[in-house]
Amino acid sequence: MTSLWPRIEPLLAGVEKPARYIGMERGSQVPVHRPGSVSWLLVYPDTYEIGLPNQGLQILYEILNERDDAVAERSYAPWLDLAAALREHAVPLFSVDTHRAASDFDIVAFNLSAELVYTNLLECLDLAGIPIRSEQRSETDPLVVAGGHSTFNPEPMADFVDAFVIGDGEEPVGEMTECVRTWQGGGRPGGRVGLLRALASVPGVYVPSMYSVEFDGPVLRSVTPRYSDVPAVVDKRTVADLADWPYPKQQLVPLIEVVHDRLNVELFRGCTRGCRFCQAGMITRPVRERPTEQVRNMVANGLRRTGYDEVALTSLSSADFSGIDNLVSDLVNDQIGCGNVGVSLPSLRVDAFTVGIASEIQKVRRTGLTFAPEGGSWRLRQVINKLITEEDLYSAVEGAYSQGWRRVKLYFLVGLPTEMDEDTLGIAELARNVVKVGKQYTKQASCTVSVGGFVPKAHTPFQWFGQNGTEELHRKINMLRDDLRKTAATVRWHDPKATFAEGIASRGDRRIGAVIERVWRAGGTFQEWSEHFQLGRWLDAMAAEGLDPDWFVTRHRTEDEVLPWDHIAAGLHRDFLWQDWQASLQAHGLPDCRWTPCYDCGVCTDYALEHVVASSVPPAGGSQGTGQDLTLGGAVPVMLSPTRVPT
Amino acid sequence: MRVHFTEFGKVRFISHRDAARAFERAFRIEQLPLAFTLGFSPRPKVSFGLALSVGHESDAEYLDFELAEEIPLEPLAAALSAALPEGIDVPAVVALADRAPALQEAVSAVEWNIELTVDDEVTGTPMITPEIVEHRVEALMAAPTLVLERVRKGRTASEDIRPAFRRMTVLGPTEGGILVGVELATRPMSVRPAELVAALGSEFREGRVRRTRQWIERGSERLDPLAADPRIALEARAS
Ligand code: SF4
Repeated sequence: MTSLWPRIEPLLAGVEKPARYIGMERGSQVPVHRPGSVSWLLVYPDTYEIGLPNQGLQILYEILNERDDAVAERSYAPWLDLAAALREHAVPLFSVDTHRAASDFDIVAFNLSAELVYTNLLECLDLAGIPIRSEQRSETDPLVVAGGHSTFNPEPMADFVDAFVIGDGEEPVGEMTECVRTWQGGGRPGGRVGLLRALASVPGVYVPSMYSVEFDGPVLRSVTPRYSDVPAVVDKRTVADLADWPYPKQQLVPLIEVVHDRLNVELFRGCTRGCRFCQAGMITRPVRERPTEQVRNMVANGLRRTGYDEVALTSLSSADFSGIDNLVSDLVNDQIGCGNVGVSLPSLRVDAFTVGIASEIQKVRRTGLTFAPEGGSWRLRQVINKLITEEDLYSAVEGAYSQGWRRVKLYFLVGLPTEMDEDTLGIAELARNVVKVGKQYTKQASCTVSVGGFVPKAHTPFQWFGQNGTEELHRKINMLRDDLRKTAATVRWHDPKATFAEGIASRGDRRIGAVIERVWRAGGTFQEWSEHFQLGRWLDAMAAEGLDPDWFVTRHRTEDEVLPWDHIAAGLHRDFLWQDWQASLQAHGLPDCRWTPCYDCGVCTDYALEHVVASSVPPAGGSQGTGQDLTLGGAVPVMLSPTRVPT
Repeated sequence: MRVHFTEFGKVRFISHRDAARAFERAFRIEQLPLAFTLGFSPRPKVSFGLALSVGHESDAEYLDFELAEEIPLEPLAAALSAALPEGIDVPAVVALADRAPALQEAVSAVEWNIELTVDDEVTGTPMITPEIVEHRVEALMAAPTLVLERVRKGRTASEDIRPAFRRMTVLGPTEGGILVGVELATRPMSVRPAELVAALGSEFREGRVRRTRQWIERGSERLDPLAADPRIALEARAS
C-alpha cells in the first residue's frame, strides 16, 4: 500500500487546521518512487505553519527531486490532536505530498534549527514506527539524518540520529544519495553498519556511532573515531558560490496561513559582523552574496509564479548586501514589472541608512520596525562586538518616528558575559530616551522592549561562558520591568525557564540524549510552545540520569577543557575563538573582515574559500555609525586585538 | 464580475479565508487588472459570498470582483482554474450589472446534500437505514417549532430554527451512511448542517457534506446567482 490517505482522511474531521496535512501547495511535487531511486522524507519537527516556509528544506526538496536517482517528499510534526488520533487508529507518520508512510522511505531527514524541537524528532520517529535509538534500528529501517544549525553540536542527539550533515546541505545530499544507492545496488554490503561506515567518509557527514566517547567522572575526555577510515574531525560543508544554487526555483505556496507567508529570496549567506553571541554568523562564514541580477530574476519569477504581493530579502543582515538601496527602490517602484509589491528586510541594522530603506519600503506597506542593539550599554556592546553607539540608535529611531512610525521594537539579550546591573538598567535608559525622541514627533510614540535570555552556543567565542541561571535572569528582567513601569515602553520577555532547558541541550554532550528521551517519554513535545513547556520535566530527567544541570548550563568552561563539539569543525580556529573570547572580556571590538584585512579566523584559509561580495566598500552606515573608517588602511577608532590579549 | 466556483476533495479542508487568499493570488498570477478601493491602504474590490465551513464541499460557491478595465471574459474561467489550487475549479464567470446587490445579502436559500453516518462506538452496531432516516425527516418536518439554545455573538439565546427548513428528502444510501437533500433558508437566521444533523437524531454524525445550490429569490422568482443580475440583460432592458 502506498497512499495512507483513505485512513488519514476520516481523522482530519476531528482535528484543528486539517489543511496542515493535505499538501497540494503550488510548487509541491508528486514524485514517482522508482526502484533504484533513493527516497528522502524531509521532516521539519514543528508545526506545518512554522516548518513549511523553511527555505533550507524547500531547497533540498527541489535539488533532490531534480536528480534522476532520488525522490523527496515532506512531512511536519503532527499537532497533539492528530498525533493522538494517529496512535489510536494505528496510522503512521506520513508525507504530505503522496501520504506515504514515513517508514517506506530510505532516508528520513530532519531539519534541526533550534534545540527545543529535539523531543519532537523523537515523537516523529515514534509515530513513524521507527525505533528512536540508532542502535535499535534494523537493516530495513530508514536511515535517520539531521541537518541545520543546531547540528554544529550534534552530541545531545547522537543516540537518535544515524548521520548528521554539518553545514550547507546542497552538495552532501547528492553525495549521500549516491552512497546509499551504491550500497543498495551492491547487495547492502556490511548491512546497516556497512552503510553507516561508508557515509562517515562523505565530507561533512558525521556518523556518531563510528566514534567512542570517554568520560572521566563528569568530565568529557575524548571523542575518537573507532576506525582509521573515519575522520577525527568532521569539517562543515560550504557552498562556495550562491550563484550556482538559484533555489528554491518553485517556492511552495501554502493553502493556509503560515509564518513568513510571502516570497523569500536569499540575498547572501554568512555574516562577518562578528557578533560574539551569534552562532549563525560564526558558523556560516564567509559572506557569499548572490549576484544582484539573479536576485532580481528570482524575485520577478517568484512573484509571477506564486501570486504573492510581498517579498522578503533574507540573510543575516540584509542591509549589508551590496547595492541594497538600489535593489529595494527598484522593487518598490516597480522597476522589475511585478506591480505593487511589499518588501520586507528581516534583521535590519541600527542606523539611519536602514531607516531610509525602511521608509522607502513603507510607501507600499507599513510594517513594524525592529532594531536589535542587544546590549544595554556601549561597554557591553563592545563585549559582544555589536558596535552600535547610542547616537546610532537615537538617530535611527528619530528617522523612524519622523517618518510616521509610532512604535518601534527594540531587541535585547540579558545574561551576557560581564553584564552588570547598570548594563541591564541601560536598556531602560535607552528605551526611555527612545520614547522621548518619539514624543517630539507624535504623542502616541511608544516602544516595545523584547528581552531574551542569552544561551551560549557551540563554535562562538562565548562557548566557554557560564549561562545565567533562571533566578538571575528573572531578577534582571524584573529589575527592568520595575524601572520601565508607567512609561510608554512595554517589556516583553522570553521565559527564563525555557532558556535554561535550551542551555542544557545547547552545550550538552552525549549523556544529554537520555535526558531528551526522558523528557519526550514524560510527554514533553512542542517544547518551544510555552503552553507545553515545563522545566520540571527537564530537571526530573537530569536528576534521573544523575546529571547536574548547573554543570552543563551555568558553569564556565576552561581553555583546556575538551568541548563536546571539538570533533566538529566550523572552520573557526579554537585559538581564534579563545582569543576573541579574551578580547571580549576586555571590551575590545573586532572589525568586519569583509571590508578590512583578514584576521585569519580560519574559515577561508582552511577551506580555500573567500568572500563573494560585489562591492569592496562597505554600504553607507556600514560602520554601524561608530565612525569607523572601513576602507583599507582607514582609521579604526574601535580598539582591535589582532594579537593575543594577555590574560 | 461574478465567479462561480466548486470545491472538492482534499482542498475542502481549507477555510473560507484560505479560499479567499487563494483567489487573491490567482488574480495576481493571471495579472487581472482589478479595481482597488481608495484610501490609505487600497484593497482589491473582491467580495465573497456565504462562508463554506472547513471540511464541506461545494458545487455552488460564488464571489464578485470588479475590474479597472475591460478584458475578454472568455478565457477567464479556464485561466483562474489553472491558477487555483487543485480541487477548486471555475466553471463560469459572468459580467454583472453595475450596482448588482452583494452576494451576502442577495442569497436567501441554499441546498445541501448531507451524509448521515453513525458512530459505531456509540451504538455498538451501526444501525442506519433509509427508513429510519425517513421517519426522522417526517417527524422533523411535521414539528411546528424546533427551539435550540444557540450562541450568537457570545450570548446564548433560544431560537426556533424550524422556519429555516424548507424541504428535506432522503436521497438514498451511500457507502458509509444515508444521503439527505435539504433546502434551507438563510434568513432570518441560517442553520448549520451540523445543527440539522443533531436535530435529526443525537446518534447521527455528519459525514460528507456538499453545498449543491445557492438561490437568490426576488418575489416569486428564484434565480441562480449567475443569472440574477447579468450586465447584458440589464443593458438590454434599459435600451
Ligand atoms: S578567514 Fe579571514 S576573511 Fe575569512 S571569515 Fe575569517 S577573518 Fe574573515
